[in-house]
Amino acid sequence: MPLVEKAVIMDAEKLRRTLIRIAHEILERNKGTDKLVLVGVRRRGVPLAQRLQSFIEQIEGVKVPLGSLDITLYRDDLSADTKPALSRTDIPFDLNGKRVVLVDDVLFTGRTVRAALDALIDLGRPECIQLAVVIDRGHRELPIRADYVGKNVPTSRREEIGVELKEVDGIDRVVIRELTPDRSP
Amino acid sequence: MSLRSKDLLGLQDLTAEEIGLILDTAASMKEVLQREIKKVPALRGKLVVTLFYEPSTRTRTSFELAAKCLGADTVSIATATSSVAKGESLKDTARTLAAMGVDAVVIRHSAAGAPAILARTIKASVLNGGDGMHEHPTQALLDMFTIKEKLGGFRGLKVAILGDILHSRVARSNIWGLTKLGAEVRVVGPATLMPPEIERLGVKVYHRAEEALEDVDVINVLRIQRERQKMGLFPSLREYTRLYQLTPARLKLAKPEALVLHPGPMNRGIEISSEVADGLQSCVNEQVTNGVAVRMALLYLLIGGGSREALD
Repeated sequence: MPLVEKAVIMDAEKLRRTLIRIAHEILERNKGTDKLVLVGVRRRGVPLAQRLQSFIEQIEGVKVPLGSLDITLYRDDLSADTKPALSRTDIPFDLNGKRVVLVDDVLFTGRTVRAALDALIDLGRPECIQLAVVIDRGHRELPIRADYVGKNVPTSRREEIGVELKEVDGIDRVVIRELTPDRSP
Repeated sequence: MSLRSKDLLGLQDLTAEEIGLILDTAASMKEVLQREIKKVPALRGKLVVTLFYEPSTRTRTSFELAAKCLGADTVSIATATSSVAKGESLKDTARTLAAMGVDAVVIRHSAAGAPAILARTIKASVLNGGDGMHEHPTQALLDMFTIKEKLGGFRGLKVAILGDILHSRVARSNIWGLTKLGAEVRVVGPATLMPPEIERLGVKVYHRAEEALEDVDVINVLRIQRERQKMGLFPSLREYTRLYQLTPARLKLAKPEALVLHPGPMNRGIEISSEVADGLQSCVNEQVTNGVAVRMALLYLLIGGGSREALD
């Protein structure tokens, strides 16, 4: 079934303002940068976490530690033939006692976040873990929610959300695409 | 991208891209091995059996450790105390294992081709842990991983393989793999320990160590199996040592930062001097760590994810 682009729900400017707002919310909730660390979930969570890190630095003058997490080995939905390329987890600091903000692009079923939580907890015992996402599109299959949400976008299961980032896709925007049913019998 | 075959039988069957995928995956696995908790659940619920018809400590232990770090369960079958000793054939053993629901079998056998027979008999993945004088693919892949990690790649590298080439499955697998990725491979050893027509695999043959080691980036020293001497293939260990032992003087002929590899176990003072074995250029201990990472990568690529049975 082909994917057809339906609408652009965020452009570059809107995405930038959204991330600045989330940066402020993170600082407000955590009362500053003490013990604060950011961990991006590969792949698009990593550049998003980098941007949050630089916005936080602009606001508070503090560069909070940044890590990246590859959750492939923790997923429960791998099939034998469509294995995503494994990349490296890189957390260059001790997680014990830290306030971790996990960063990802889209929150959907919650299974990625479940895997990310398992992966993080195997690496240490943070004081708390919070979740920041650009889009929450609903359809949760696990009891998981985000602490910081860029935009809530009610979707149908036939739709797909694409958070596109300069670092990965060459452009900053968020689009909704829809699977159009194959007309051929 | 994934591997085309359900099995790892040898490097002869792999493409350059597949070798690249294995080495990249191994780099991620090495990161897991450096963690405080060296365990991820990628192969949870999978069963890996090691079936070794020849003695081995490091290959078997390395495979078992790799499986355990990925969360799989392992069972090791010592052929001397199993029904193999009662005369059970390889195929019957295989069918029994299949009926027990194994996902992967690691086999070492003195007969070349035994892993291939096993692979045709059962649906589970078969990993060759060394078969006769044929191949030892995981050793070659860990050698290649070590080279890539230290030197960045293979194109244009000069690699010398030193010793008993004739009986060495490690040499054969390394030759297949390294030539596919664009390295220049030199083999060196006494004429009696050199397989005829080995040049056809795309290697340069040398009989004098001094010539072969000149300007190389990597020296892979093979183990001399003392029992070969009884077969009259070389006059004495002393003569072998005098002509072919990797000594500090011979090592100086290679590039200044050249790597020294050895598949182990080492005969110190025979194929390699203790000084070189413990020297700064020796990667012997790192090879062992890398071996676990490479075997994790292979198990993950072959049996990770949904079961193949479910896809059939």
